[in-house]
Amino acid sequence: METLALLAGGFATALSAQNLLFAFAGCFLGTAVGVLPGIGPALTVALLLPITFKVPAASAFILFAGVYYGAMYGGSTTSILLNTPGESATIITALEGFQMAKKGRAGPALATAAIGSFVAGTIATAALTFFAPVVVELALKLGPAEYFSLMVIAFVAVSAVLGSSAVRGFAMLFLGLVLGIVGVDLQTGQPRFTFGLIELLDGIEVTIVAVGLFAVAETLHLAARHRYGEDELLPLSGSLWLTREDFARSWKAWLRGALIGFPFGAIPAGGAELPTFFSYYIERKLARRPEEFGHGAIEGVAGPEAANNASAAGVLMPMLTLGLPTSVTAAIMLSAFQSYGIQPGPLLFQTQSDLVWSMIASLYIGNAMLLVLNLPLIGLWVRVLRIPRPQLYGGILVFATIGAYGVANSVIDLAVMYAVGLVGMLMKRYDFPVAPVVIGMILGPLAEQSFRQAMTISQGDVTTFLTRPISAAFLAIAAALVLAPPVLRAHAASRARARSSP
Amino acid sequence: MRARRRRDELAFALLLVALALLSLWQTLSIPVSPIYARVGPTAFPWIASAGLLVFSLVLLRQALGGGFPGVDRQKTVDWRSLGWVAAGLVANAVLITTLGFVFASVALFACTARGFGSQRPVRDALIGLGVGLAAFLGFARLLGVNIGAGVLEGLL
Repeated sequence: METLALLAGGFATALSAQNLLFAFAGCFLGTAVGVLPGIGPALTVALLLPITFKVPAASAFILFAGVYYGAMYGGSTTSILLNTPGESATIITALEGFQMAKKGRAGPALATAAIGSFVAGTIATAALTFFAPVVVELALKLGPAEYFSLMVIAFVAVSAVLGSSAVRGFAMLFLGLVLGIVGVDLQTGQPRFTFGLIELLDGIEVTIVAVGLFAVAETLHLAARHRYGEDELLPLSGSLWLTREDFARSWKAWLRGALIGFPFGAIPAGGAELPTFFSYYIERKLARRPEEFGHGAIEGVAGPEAANNASAAGVLMPMLTLGLPTSVTAAIMLSAFQSYGIQPGPLLFQTQSDLVWSMIASLYIGNAMLLVLNLPLIGLWVRVLRIPRPQLYGGILVFATIGAYGVANSVIDLAVMYAVGLVGMLMKRYDFPVAPVVIGMILGPLAEQSFRQAMTISQGDVTTFLTRPISAAFLAIAAALVLAPPVLRAHAASRARARSSP
Repeated sequence: MRARRRRDELAFALLLVALALLSLWQTLSIPVSPIYARVGPTAFPWIASAGLLVFSLVLLRQALGGGFPGVDRQKTVDWRSLGWVAAGLVANAVLITTLGFVFASVALFACTARGFGSQRPVRDALIGLGVGLAAFLGFARLLGVNIGAGVLEGLL
């Protein structure tokens, strides 16, 4: 019951007029960037990082959480009406959602996505509320060796489990780790990888890399292949109310989606992509009319949408309790913690109890706001979707400029962002994943810290990672992650594809 | 066509190998104090650089034999579009230090829009002006991000 008291305290903070405004602003911005192709929550949070110098930590994180949740809602709108999933997590939504929209049932598709997101998001937030303190208890018992092994799991998960090729994923992970090394070594004060440049002593700015990899790379990539593929925006059709039948077919899918999504997000093998595949697969298995799948089955929208929102809440679990980000947005939030001088980890719940609980409370509030923003106001987002591409990408680059130039008013930063953007464009072209670079760069220095602490404790004995049982178990899980999921996913994906293409 | 694509991938793999070697060279040049010899500041850079080297070599092998597996090989590059966007980015970098952020935004916005097929440069420039001003006011005033001085910025 202590948890409830703490949560109530969190609500007291989150419900202040100022923080409600931040939550609303976050949800609104998040939905907008989720709707717009080419930009996502990670980029938005990266651009908003300067706010950490202006407002108290609680307000900033309420804003970021709103953006994070909002983008999940907004992404489904794009998938349904445009068939261009804004993020990998909404690919599955597009399968059935776009078919529904084609049949004049865009309204019910959007409604089941939004309500499902709300239901699953709320369940998952509740799960976060009650499980997080338990995980913290356990996490406090972990030493540096266990921490390092846990981070290895996270690294492996983002590199090998997500994305299409483990080799490309790992190459990008190590690239991120190398980028993270640049700067002064915190333990010995020695400059590393700085090439004698003073500008590099503080390390490479996360904002510049994130904005370069997301905004600039995406724009260049699309410009390079600009005449290939025009998108067709379907009109908003059908009632936004679910009929009795739609509801009857949706609600179980929502609950199942929540149950699948949360654990996937919460274990540091996260990502919102796998649970949506699983949810889709299960819904099709359980559907009374499986032949409708591929032609606009509402369960195929309800389940995966619920799953991706639940996993978004799940991702916050390792992030808040262990300081372990498993998605790019979470990684950038982690760097926001660092910008406040707060070290995320199990102690966060003790030292920054107010902050954590007001952020969790704001998730409940944000979910409710998002339901309102995404159903009655859906017309607004359809209009946002109509922003023509030339002007949209022009605007994105202007904002990207602020992200890089605003750091220190240095053209060098701008040039670094362009260079990162160019590499990012090549990465997109050859299907290299972006997440491992960002997570490697942000989590790498923390992993190194744990590694060196563990090695110091063991007096330089590397086997400490294998002789300590919990650490060894984590490493075994990491090894299993490399080997098992590609098989599973290839299986699920090929089945899904076989069904969706008649 | 296929041969050319493979050359692209080869170049990308070589770029990664080069980065890995650069990173190894930098690791070697980190001075190590004997106190930290075992778990010092070089241990992790060694791991990261070696990992990058191993995987970039695997990629290099893939590029040499038929290309990276599973990559869509149908795309050609639209150099005109890319050129316009690149021109906008360069103009942005040049103008931002001289005329200031807002005018740099106008150029960047108009060039990018052109690259994406817009045929109305004047209208785009005006929209760019609006976006630049709004962004400046939003970030500089609300968030307190310093985006430099400039002709218009001084007046606002």
